[in-house]
Amino acid sequence: MADQPKIEIQNLTYRYGEHTALNNVSLEIPPRAVTALFGPAGGGKTTLLRLINRLNDTVDGTHRRGQILIDGLDIYASGTDVPALRRRVGMVFALPLPLPMTIFENVTYGPRLQGVRGKPLEELAERSLRQAAIWDEVADRLHTPALALSGGQQQRVCLARVLALEPEVILLDEPTSGLDPISTAKVEESLLTLKQEYAIIMVPHSVQQAARVADHAAFLLMGELIETSPGVRLFTRPRDKRTEDYVTGRFG
Amino acid sequence: MPEERRSEGKPTRRRLGGLNARNTNVLAGGFVWLAALGTLAILVFIIVYVLWQGLPHVSWEFLTGTPTSMGRTGGIGPMIVSTVALSFLSVLIAFPVGVATAIYLTEYTREGTLTRIIRFGTEALAGVPSIIFGLFGFVFFVIYLGFGWSLLSGALTLAVMILPTIVRTSEEAILTVPKAYREVSYSLGASRWQMVTTVVLPAALPGIATGVVLGLGRTVGETAAVILTAGAALHMPTSLFSPARSMAVHFYVLAREGISDSNAWATGAVLLVTILFTNVIINRLLLRAMKRQAAR
Repeated sequence: MADQPKIEIQNLTYRYGEHTALNNVSLEIPPRAVTALFGPAGGGKTTLLRLINRLNDTVDGTHRRGQILIDGLDIYASGTDVPALRRRVGMVFALPLPLPMTIFENVTYGPRLQGVRGKPLEELAERSLRQAAIWDEVADRLHTPALALSGGQQQRVCLARVLALEPEVILLDEPTSGLDPISTAKVEESLLTLKQEYAIIMVPHSVQQAARVADHAAFLLMGELIETSPGVRLFTRPRDKRTEDYVTGRFG
Repeated sequence: MPEERRSEGKPTRRRLGGLNARNTNVLAGGFVWLAALGTLAILVFIIVYVLWQGLPHVSWEFLTGTPTSMGRTGGIGPMIVSTVALSFLSVLIAFPVGVATAIYLTEYTREGTLTRIIRFGTEALAGVPSIIFGLFGFVFFVIYLGFGWSLLSGALTLAVMILPTIVRTSEEAILTVPKAYREVSYSLGASRWQMVTTVVLPAALPGIATGVVLGLGRTVGETAAVILTAGAALHMPTSLFSPARSMAVHFYVLAREGISDSNAWATGAVLLVTILFTNVIINRLLLRAMKRQAAR
């Protein structure tokens, strides 16, 4: 790879009390590409995502060893500005989670926290909603409650809300798990455009989805990183027996 | 076992102390209906009786005038002003402190000895009779801090009295706000305080307002704590340091000392109407706030 990795995860071990969620995981995330983290439930995919934007800081009784570097800098170094980190590393959750506000207020939530007001907000909202392929559907009702939208629309508004932060990395935790096939296709379509600018890490909804959108893939099983590969080779010619079993549907 | 076989014969007739499910249902229905009717009857009787005794003596002069010869004649203008001032001031003091405490307990600290002590303290305070608060207010605000019998001493005492209610209801309201909202807010770069003010407080507002209403109701009707801290002066309060007599205290003094039954009832009627009126207005405001919240 010619590019420096955007994110370097080095020997990361993470425990919730006695339960080991991640065991000595090392992984490099390239810029301008979709990296899929896949594997059966309980494998540590969500935990890994939540560690990259330090969202797990609020969880009690956890223990972390190892490092996560973004652009070569340790995000867990003392003195890290955590809200600033989270603006650089946006996250879309597994369920559409609009805040109880209007569509416009949702999309501009992050910039408004930064003190942005007035005209720039409107431009930002339109551009973000367009990028998330939802503008045409909500343009005439920006000031109505986001909760009144359908699930698929809500999730794209949530994606737009992250894009309005103008982040560098986007974390997607099964962003299409509650969506119908059409909404899913729309989200996947916008990902293909977005990856030209952002480093995207995605926990795909299914192996098929991983194969459709991922440029790189990493297979996590019970907290261990079994294998990684560029492109879709992981799905067609896995090296590890366990990856093969999972991909071909023998478990998980 | 013949006994068993017989019961197998009629499986639909389950007997319970001689009553089948249908009869039990009818009886229970009758009982809850009677209980509700009884409650309603008591409430209506009290309200109607007080109004019937009091309203004929209420006039514009009574509402705006000042009392003469210890309240035997004249009006209750100063008492109305004092009651409103005491309630308003005490809520004004207790609301920010109570909500801030609730925010601290829910958002700023983890469960530990300190939170347990604060919780235990608020629970214990909630069960303390108001006259104890009155005594505390008398010793601390009136004498030690030298505020004297005054609106300020009274309002501070009432604020201490309703603080536990506001803390508890606010805390419960804040805890019902989904954790996911907090995570979304954090994930979009909010600081803790931004998360609290933009997500938690707006969503918890209706519940917090309930606590304020409960507190307000207690201050309007409070007698023992007020008489010991605000005093029982008959004239119109002119500053925070003026002694004052609330409607509830006035009613108590008039009735207890047999000064004027008719004016006591009239004061009671005005007090009752004030409380009903406040509740209706606040309920309206609450409903509107909740509708706005739901619409969002």
